[in-house]
Formats: sequence, structure tokens, C-alpha cells
Amino acid sequence: MDFIRNFPFFCIVLALASGVISSVLRPKAAKALSFILISFSCICSFCVLYYTVQTGEAFTYMMGHFPAPWGNEIRAGVLEGVMASFFSVIMLLALLGGEKYLKADIEESKQNLYFVLVNLLLSSLLALVYTNDLFTAYVFVEINTIAAGGLIMIRSNGHSMLAATKYMIMSLLGSGLLLIGITLQYDLTGHLLMSNIQESIGELAAHGEYTVPLTVIIGLISVGIAIKSALFPFHAWLADAYGYSTASSAAILSSLVSKAYIFLLIKIIYRVIGTGVFWDSKITNVFFVLGVAGMLFGSISAIKECDMRRMIAFSSVAQIGYIYMGLGFGTKLGVTAAVFHIFSHAATKSMLFVACRGLSEVSGNKKDFSDLKGSGFRNRIAGVAFTVGALSMVGVPLFAGFISKLYLTSAALETMSLKMAVGVIVLAVSTILNALYFIRAVISIYTPRNEHYRDAAFRPGMTFCAGMVCFIAINFLLGLASHPLITAIEQGLQMFS
Amino acid sequence: MLGNLFANYYEAVSMILFGIGFTTLLLNRNMIKKIMGLNIMDTAIYLFLAAKGYIFGRKVPIVNGTVPEPETYINPIPSGLVLTGIVVSVSVTAVMLSLTIRLYRRYRTLDIDEITRLVKEEK
Repeated sequence: MDFIRNFPFFCIVLALASGVISSVLRPKAAKALSFILISFSCICSFCVLYYTVQTGEAFTYMMGHFPAPWGNEIRAGVLEGVMASFFSVIMLLALLGGEKYLKADIEESKQNLYFVLVNLLLSSLLALVYTNDLFTAYVFVEINTIAAGGLIMIRSNGHSMLAATKYMIMSLLGSGLLLIGITLQYDLTGHLLMSNIQESIGELAAHGEYTVPLTVIIGLISVGIAIKSALFPFHAWLADAYGYSTASSAAILSSLVSKAYIFLLIKIIYRVIGTGVFWDSKITNVFFVLGVAGMLFGSISAIKECDMRRMIAFSSVAQIGYIYMGLGFGTKLGVTAAVFHIFSHAATKSMLFVACRGLSEVSGNKKDFSDLKGSGFRNRIAGVAFTVGALSMVGVPLFAGFISKLYLTSAALETMSLKMAVGVIVLAVSTILNALYFIRAVISIYTPRNEHYRDAAFRPGMTFCAGMVCFIAINFLLGLASHPLITAIEQGLQMFS
Repeated sequence: MLGNLFANYYEAVSMILFGIGFTTLLLNRNMIKKIMGLNIMDTAIYLFLAAKGYIFGRKVPIVNGTVPEPETYINPIPSGLVLTGIVVSVSVTAVMLSLTIRLYRRYRTLDIDEITRLVKEEK
């Protein structure tokens, strides 16, 4: 049983190694290797989750030969287990659903390189989830950035290359701020392992020493991560990056890459700075204001958009706003709601991106609403999946989005301050705005008035159907049986502190 | 206040350099200058780390046969972090440069605004 403690390390190292091996394999072999690896990491992550739930406590795993204050460590608790399993499952499904389109979007000679990037991305995601060392986190943040940039630019048309450039520039600004924050923190505490830092910072805060540097550090790290995860004013790169990359890339980027950074932020709040100091620093107010602004402006930009892919991308800005609003409440319930929204948004948004690609496939590969008319009849499974995703994003009961909105609202009601009023009102307004553009999209794909494309005998393909069915199932599962997940999140947050 | 700045002049200089690099990466329109800004930003952080790790009057932490007393050498961890950071920064720079080359081959310009305009026209 204790052998399971090795699993996080196995997953990370095997993902890195297979990334290297894939670069010399043929596309088919690389694809098979990648699918095997991601399935393996699903199984391992579920084992880790099971183990931590059984033992009821988190474990640390020593990397190399040096013990705690000097060496590097991996740490796994319930929340890490849930995150890692969820990331692996979503990645597997996103690749499965979009597998068919990789051939169309990427040159033959580069297809194995796509899987190199996917494996590197998986390894960096898992490392970000599991690491207990702040500098290791920075290194994997950069690996994540490079892999994500590659996933955008591999389509190699003008749009995607420009999108990748913009993404890399914004992302590097973010990592610069994160690195200087970590460096200042090291200067202040002399530690890089999360638990040691928390001890030192707790002492500093208790004696009221170095309050200004501490606030600067919190600000730099938070802004750095906010830029990388596309919080509202820093979202300029997002629409192009998600809109012009291939379907699997968009699904992976929107649902995993930005979420991993937010998870790192939550980890830093709980395990590095400590909740007490972090909530006192008032940066949560900034999160709240920017989150609320993102919820409104993201939705407004989405309403103005005629391109379906870009509309879904702008909707991501709004959803990231929800997550930051949850963090901005500065309460346990708020963070629980935010973490749940990470899951529900990841499950829904990746499904929407892949389904949208399926719909545009039967509409002459165009993405505008006028061309997509009636596509829900031509590609039925994609139409159903898109409708489920849209209803979930709007927050209709039975679907995942409803539960996260429910928890966000109860977190807002619990705060009993100005945040309560603002939070609840903006949630309501934003839900109406979401409904406006998603219902419009659903109506347009089910408008049977398009004479251009009459390809009744279209077969969507096995992998696409399998991916879509699993995504729909996950959405219903999160919506109908959310209780175990909420309990696990609460337990995981408990283990963090 | 000013005295503090002069006493910690390495840190002050590295912060100024960080600011220069950050604004160049954010605001400059030329891709190559942007990449130079990125490198200035990263190097500023390494200068800061190296300055923090150095203890006046001590030696390099290299074991030569016998292990020296801990009081005689500087803090080796920041140097290790700088090395790791340089590797990261080199790889990011390589990715950015390769992107720039591809954009230049296609659009014959390094100006990011000009490239954006050309890409929009391409549609």
C-alpha cells in the first residue's frame, strides 16, 4: 500500500521521459504512447487519491538524498489527488475528442511533435500540482508556458503564430513577476520549501516585522499568476490563443493550463503565505474587483463576437472571473466554491471547444454563427454536447455549472459585507449575460434553414463520439452527485493548512 | 531612505534593470528588442540572487579534497538557483527567437503591430 507514495513521482518522470522518446517516434506510435501514458497517470492519480482518503493525511516524498530543509519534496493530499486525476481525465478526453482534427490541422511531419508537447505539458501540470518547493514550481511554470506556446503555434498559420507570440509575451511577463516574488521571498525567509516558508512568514507576521516587503511579495506573486491565468485586464492574448489553435489545444489550454496556475495560487495562499496573512493583506479585494469586472466584461465581449470559437474563449474570461471572485471572498467556503468551479469549468469548456470543432466540421470548417446554422442536425452528438455545455455554463440545474454558482452565491451570502451585495448582484447579471450568448448559439445551431450544407450521411467518428459521451457524463455527474467532490475539496483544504 | 539605496546598491540596480526589462518586453514593438527586454529582466533577477547569496570576504563553495568550514564560504543555494534560472531563460529565449524567425520569414517585418495588421488582412 505504501508503494503508492511513489506514484506521483513516477507519473511526472514517465511523462517527461515519454515526451523525449516521442520526438523520434512515428506519429502513430507517439499517439499510442501518449494515450497509454495519460491513462497510466489517470490510474496512478486515482490510486494516490484513494490512498490519501484512506489514510486521512497528506504525505511528503523526498526527492533525491537530502531531507527536508535542503532537498526537494513532493507532497500529495486529497486535493492534489483530485486535481491530478481530474487533469489527467480531462486531458485524455480532450485528446480523444479532438484526435480526428489533429490530422487536418497539423502537418504530417509535425504530428509526433504535438504529442511531445502534450506529454511535457502533462508532466509540468502534475509537477505543479504535487510540488512542495517554490522554485521547482517556477521551473515547471516555465516548462508549462513553453509547452502551451508550442500547442498554439504548431498549427503554423499566421493567426496561430501571432497568437502564440502574444501568449508567450504575456506569459513571460507573468513568470518574471512570479520569479522576482519568489526571489524576494527567499531573501526574506531563506527557505524554498513551502512548509518552512510558511513557518518563517508566520513568525514575521506575528512580530509585525517586514510587513511592506511581505505585501510586495504577495502582490508580485498574485499579479504574476493572474497574468498567466488570464484574469480580466490581462486577457488580451486569450481569445486568439484559444480561437486559432487546434480543438484539442484549445480544450487543454482553457481547461488545464490556466487552472493549474490558479491551483498553484491556492497552494501558495494556503501553504506558503498562510491564509491568515494572505487574507489580511487585502489582495483578496483586488481579486474580487477584477473577478467581478471579468465576469461582466468577458460576457459582454462574448456577446459582441460572431465567431463561435472566440465567443467560447471570451466566456472563459468570465469564468476565470468567477474563480477569482470565489478566492476574493477570503473565506473557506469561497475557496471551496472557487475550486469546484475550476472542475466544472474545466469539464464544460473543454467539451464546448471540441464540440464546436465538430460543428464547424460539418459547416465547411467555418466558425461564424451564420455558417453554423443547422449544424446541430448534421452532427448530432456535437450538437447535444454543445447544448449540454451551454446549459451548464449558464447554470441550469442538473448540470455542473449550477452547483458552482450555488456555492459561489452561498459564499457571497456568508461574507455579510459589501462583497455580499456586489457578489450576488453581479452573479445574477452575469448569469443573464451568459444565457444571452449561449442560448443564441444553441438556437443558431438548431435553426434548420441552411441550404448550403446538406451532408446528412455524416459520421462523426468513434473517438469523437466516445470523447463527447464521456464529457456529457462528467457534466451530469458533477451536477447530480457533487457532494463527494465537495467533501474531498473541503478535506483537501483542511490538509493544506 | 537614500542611504538604504546606496547601502544596497546591487539590489537597487537589479530592481531598476528589472523595470527596464519588464517595460521593454511589454511596450516595445520590435520583437528582437522585446526578447532583449526579457533577457534583461531575467538577468536582473539573477543579479539580485547573486548579490543576496554573496557574503563579504568569503570564498567560493567548492570542495577540494577536504570539506571547508561553513563559515568560510558563501551561500551556495542562490548560485544554484541562478544556474537553473539561466537554463530556463535560455530555453524560453530560444522559443521566442524561433517564433520571431518564422514570423519574419512570413511577413518580412519584426514590428508586432505591423504583423498583427498583416495577419488581420490575410483572412
